[in-house]
Amino acid sequence: MIKAILVFNNHGKPRLTRFYQYYAEDIQQQIVRETFHLVSKRDDNVCNFLEGGTLIGGSDYKLIYRHYATLYFVFCVDSSESELGILDLIQVFVETLDKCFENVCELDLIFHVDKVHHILAELVMGGMVLETNMTEILTRVEEQNKLEKSENYNLMPLLSGKGEAGFAAAPARAVSAVKEMNIPQKIKDIKLPDLPNIGNLKF
Amino acid sequence: MALKKMKGTLERVLDKNMQDLVRGIRNHKDNEAKYVAECIDEIKQELRQDNIAVKANAVSKLAYLQMLGYDISWAAFNIIEVMSSTKFTFKRIGYLAASQCFNENTDVLMLTTNMIRKDLSSQNVYDAGVALNGLSCFITPDLARDLANDLMTLMTSTRPYLRKKAVLIMYKVFLKFPEALRPAFPRLKEKLEDADPGVQSAAVNVICELARKNPKNYLSLAPLFFKLMTSSSNNWVLIKIIKLFSALTPLEPRLGKKLIEPLTNLIHSTSAMSLLYECINTVIAGIPNHSASIQLCVQKLRILIEDSDQNLKYLGLLAMSKILQTHPKSVQAHKDLVLQCLDDKDESIRLRALDLLYGMVSKKNLMEIVKKLMIHMDKAEGTYYRDELLAKIIEISSQSSYQFVTNFEWYVSVLVELTRMEGTRHGRLIASQMLDVAIRVEAIRPFAVLQMAILLENSHLLANNSQRNGICEVLYAAAWICGEFAEHLKEPKNTLEAMLKPKITALPGHIQSVYVQNIIKLYCKIQKSAEENEDKELMKEMGQMLIDKLPMFIQSADLEVQERACCMLQLVKYVMKYQQKGGEVAEDLAELFEGELNPVAPRAQKKVPVPEGLDLDEWINEPPSESSDDDISKMGTNIFLPAGGDDYRTSFYDQNEKKATAEPSEEELAKIREARKVEQMHNPHYLKGEIKPGKKGDRSLLVTDIPVSHIDLSVPLHVPGIVSSDKYLKMAQSAEDGKKKKSKDKKKKKKKGQARESEDEEDVKPAHEVRTVEDMPEGAELSDKDEKDENDPYSHLDVNLDAPLRDDERLPVRTHRIVLDTPTKENSPSVGKKREKHKKESKEKKKKRDKDDRKEKRKEKKKKATSMLKEEPNLLKEDHEQIEGENVERVDDTTNAGASQSPDTSREVQTVNGTEKETKADDLDFWLSGGDTASTPSPTKSSSEPPTAEDKPKKVKKPKTEVVLSSEEETKEEKLSKKKKKGKSSKKDVKEKKDKKRKHKSKVDYEEADGITTPSKEQIPASQLDTPVNAPPMSGYKLLAENNCIKMTYETRVTAQRKDQVVVSVVFHNQTDNQIKDLEFNVLDSINTKLNRGIGLSSHEAVKVPFILPPNIMNEGQFAFTFQSISQPSKLKGTLTYIVKTDDGSTHEKLDFRISFPCSTYILATPCNGPDFASLLSSGELSEKGTAKCTPLQPEFSTNLLRICFYNHFKVVERVDNSASLYSRSIQGHHICLLVKQVDQVLSIDGKSTDSSLLSNVLDEIKITLTEAT
Repeated sequence: MIKAILVFNNHGKPRLTRFYQYYAEDIQQQIVRETFHLVSKRDDNVCNFLEGGTLIGGSDYKLIYRHYATLYFVFCVDSSESELGILDLIQVFVETLDKCFENVCELDLIFHVDKVHHILAELVMGGMVLETNMTEILTRVEEQNKLEKSENYNLMPLLSGKGEAGFAAAPARAVSAVKEMNIPQKIKDIKLPDLPNIGNLKF
Repeated sequence: MALKKMKGTLERVLDKNMQDLVRGIRNHKDNEAKYVAECIDEIKQELRQDNIAVKANAVSKLAYLQMLGYDISWAAFNIIEVMSSTKFTFKRIGYLAASQCFNENTDVLMLTTNMIRKDLSSQNVYDAGVALNGLSCFITPDLARDLANDLMTLMTSTRPYLRKKAVLIMYKVFLKFPEALRPAFPRLKEKLEDADPGVQSAAVNVICELARKNPKNYLSLAPLFFKLMTSSSNNWVLIKIIKLFSALTPLEPRLGKKLIEPLTNLIHSTSAMSLLYECINTVIAGIPNHSASIQLCVQKLRILIEDSDQNLKYLGLLAMSKILQTHPKSVQAHKDLVLQCLDDKDESIRLRALDLLYGMVSKKNLMEIVKKLMIHMDKAEGTYYRDELLAKIIEISSQSSYQFVTNFEWYVSVLVELTRMEGTRHGRLIASQMLDVAIRVEAIRPFAVLQMAILLENSHLLANNSQRNGICEVLYAAAWICGEFAEHLKEPKNTLEAMLKPKITALPGHIQSVYVQNIIKLYCKIQKSAEENEDKELMKEMGQMLIDKLPMFIQSADLEVQERACCMLQLVKYVMKYQQKGGEVAEDLAELFEGELNPVAPRAQKKVPVPEGLDLDEWINEPPSESSDDDISKMGTNIFLPAGGDDYRTSFYDQNEKKATAEPSEEELAKIREARKVEQMHNPHYLKGEIKPGKKGDRSLLVTDIPVSHIDLSVPLHVPGIVSSDKYLKMAQSAEDGKKKKSKDKKKKKKKGQARESEDEEDVKPAHEVRTVEDMPEGAELSDKDEKDENDPYSHLDVNLDAPLRDDERLPVRTHRIVLDTPTKENSPSVGKKREKHKKESKEKKKKRDKDDRKEKRKEKKKKATSMLKEEPNLLKEDHEQIEGENVERVDDTTNAGASQSPDTSREVQTVNGTEKETKADDLDFWLSGGDTASTPSPTKSSSEPPTAEDKPKKVKKPKTEVVLSSEEETKEEKLSKKKKKGKSSKKDVKEKKDKKRKHKSKVDYEEADGITTPSKEQIPASQLDTPVNAPPMSGYKLLAENNCIKMTYETRVTAQRKDQVVVSVVFHNQTDNQIKDLEFNVLDSINTKLNRGIGLSSHEAVKVPFILPPNIMNEGQFAFTFQSISQPSKLKGTLTYIVKTDDGSTHEKLDFRISFPCSTYILATPCNGPDFASLLSSGELSEKGTAKCTPLQPEFSTNLLRICFYNHFKVVERVDNSASLYSRSIQGHHICLLVKQVDQVLSIDGKSTDSSLLSNVLDEIKITLTEAT
């Protein structure tokens, strides 16, 4: 079983947290901090397995992680999972992200954490590995995106018509520029320099 | 109004979406909390809107905030609102948020049951997928119970995507609702052979998780997994299966043997490291006795460890440590590698290497290895690793009662050196080692006491670090050892002074109290020796010192210290007073602390029996009033618990308290001591402190004499006077050298013999004897296991999966009057108590039934409407509110209930003689025994296996089994009835399995070739087969109608709970390559028999079949019929209309059929034992008689008997040669008793019943059964 999947950056900022066992929010944050602390002090050329981590797991649990550019992908698993298998799974996850976002980088995860969750849901369900075949995962993700798009398309007329069912994502994005008061900062944001893309690094 | 609405919408357009929120948070790095608070206010505003899109947007923002650590559980209800949206986009947002923040305690979850149910059965595959995903995260016991059946249904969905998810989620269901495991297991097992690799993998996954906790229940699956392992090429599946085997093999050694070949093949052939590694693991766990394989593993592991990939190195070491436990020799050969890994830069790897060290040590190299570790410790950065090293040093030295420690002086000095480690958390561990050694190794006491005295004198160095569990804990041990074994002290006075230093009061309370206690022990010893020497001056001086110094302990904040100090002070004062009068008290004083101490066994405390009549929960005094009670209990905790709540202290108290219970008598002790002394005198290897007093005594006294060269001065906190452990290492090494010389120069042998090493490592004599006696209350045994943890969720899943299902084990099913539910639903009407009640009421008003039904349903709907969010789409009934009561009722029902619905387990055909469990064991035995059947032990096996190995077992050994049956009739009656019930329900399963079997013909062949009875064999239709005989395959499904498009077969089912209903299960088989849709089923009702069409449909309208048939697919629909009389058979004409969708367009077609209900439909094979049967016949109740004669097609009586039982629903009561008595009962309660005889191919049947026409019809039908080919 996988107990938790954490993605955080080099500074310990969580980018995705997925717990397959309930923890209160503050404990979740503690776990992220502790895990970051354990993982971040390790060199890149040491092994990817880690024991310890008192908050989550216990003796039966291991942290299995990979470090890509600015992000750490950490899986907390028990002994029923194959260590090397989980490493592969992380790889599959990242490659899938890379395909879905086209050269994924940290910014994609920051702004589309929901999408990342949906992709992850096709890989792991309730702590158990659901699918490891990347093409299958990609088809499923795409089909769902299509479904979502078709719904949003149908909603479009409603926005101008009765004003009943709300607005679609596209106009909302357009409007977001207006809402954003801090325009100079925003420009800085957009330019956020050299966030290396994950996909081509260290496979 | 419209304008206002419009305005609101426009405002909403300006709402932040999630990206805006993220951006905003990034822009407000300085005051994130404030910004988020503003955003949450906005979100609350948005959630108040009616617009679901706005809500969804708000919820998606909440989900993001949740990740940042904000509690969003207050929005649970809004999340559910979004989940219930019909739009996939919003639904997905809702489920995501729910999976992030819902948990078992989220009370609104109970509102979701019907919503989730609806989503699960949604036409849109992704609605169901998203629901499954969410459910897997927040499933509760209630949800698990209520949805178990829906999820079971999804397991047979036509879409692999859903099947896969449904299979996986079952694991979560089992955890929350263990009762579901047994009913669901057969289907889960079926999914192991699913055509879709994803589904197969999911099923393997779930079973592996289950088997990990309770492996023994899954042993019977071994053959199936074996097959999968040899046929699958999916590494994920292989890894899981191999992992599963490693859990199974320890339980069944023969399985290991079977696995050797495929596993070694895999090890040699695979290129996937992950697979290789798991194979090695399984070999280690499963076949530890096969040394060739182990050797292969060790070789492979060495390659892994030498690999430059740190991950492989780590795993290699991990697996190595497992081999270590069984084959220490093989691993020891790679000692170089392991020691090398100790220097690795990677901490994980160093730790793994440390684990291995445990097995690497021997008497010979222990000192060397410990030395190495201590050097590492000095160099190591990071306290975690250092602590780990420390613990490891102690672990490897102390393993199996200090087996490898040859010289305890060395070990004590190591322990003392370890106290120099800064910032360790293992002070306690070191202390307990010191105590343990001092207590167990009697000969080391003088030396230990001297070392401890030095520690006490230098306590200021250790006391600095007074953190909890810090190194100051060592003083606890030092003080105790010096006090307890004070006779070995060279300068007791100095030690006493050291123990009374004012700095001591800075130590933790529990240490101080030990100090106080041992100060007095020391005082007593000094008094005693002073008295012997008549040194009155000393006596007085000591007393005065205590009287001066003890008050500092009296002021201690720690109660225990205070109390002890007061007590001791008074004691000293008393002694002083007495001595002034010239009295001699030393003897009496010494007696206070007499007696030998033994270590206490780890669980001794728990084993102390509670004295009779002692009730700890009983009030000693009348309980005080409520209000004051609280205060007292609060104060109580403060008063009686020391600041840190130290369990440490209590554990040592135990020792003291225990002393009294298991203490040997004085004489015994004296004897033992005497014997030991004699032995020691004659043992040349025994070190005796007193014998070389000059050497050690001087050293401890004269600081200047310390051999400084041995000591590493760079190490901080060095305590002068402490012997360096290095000395012993050098001694040992020089002795080693000496030994080598000795072997060269035999003349010197005698002299060198004084060195304690001898030729062989195994013969290295320990310098000191270790006592292994441990105190334990009488009658208690160490091996006694502690009670199982009640809270362990897995313990509930420890159930026998092969035993037949009991009637009360069915999953709570939503029942329905008109069976129009999802086609794949396997459980047809399981009828609830409610319905039965209702039925009784309406028994006489059958004609008004429909009306009643409607009323009742309306009532139920109302009830539902109040509690549930969703309305029910069709005539569905909830009966789980009543589950508890119902279960009770069902248990009662089992004796007279007829066929009911629950999934089949296995090997129905095979359950010839003996219970299912035995058979299971037999199968496994047979499979495992492979070629060497001769060696298989089970006697029953030989009788049960030949028929299974044959293709068409006819009746090889029927007579025998029948005899068994009749003799055991009474005990098995109930079981059989249960089996029978299962049988019926499984028909559909069976059908599916059969199809699958056809598809996987090759697999079946594989099985049969081996003569193996594996789960694939169980699929022989066994419905209603209750006679324990190997039957030729029989199916209850009859052809209803067929044309070139569609084929319909059907089976009728009745239950004892509904006396006026027959469920017809029709399998529609699409025989075209086109989709068939809009199937409508209709019959012309007769007066007696009517199709139950549901509310609002007139008696001429057709019933829609609720599914579409894809090309070449079969699916099952169920239709309920009500009838009034059962004494006459009936036939109904009907029509099926459907639309075939071809490429060119679609055509509307129809198919006519005739559905027949013979009287046998209405009777239920009901078990009846011999005596009951006899009393029934003699009661005169059965007034109607009938006879029939025929010449059956089959010559064998047993076959005919079987056919009667199967097709006409009878049960054998007793059988003698070629005659048998049979019994059955109609669902309306008519008894039917038959006596069947066969003489020369002619079968005669005599029947007795309460209803003549029923009897004669049944007899006619039996004749048809026997004389017509099926």
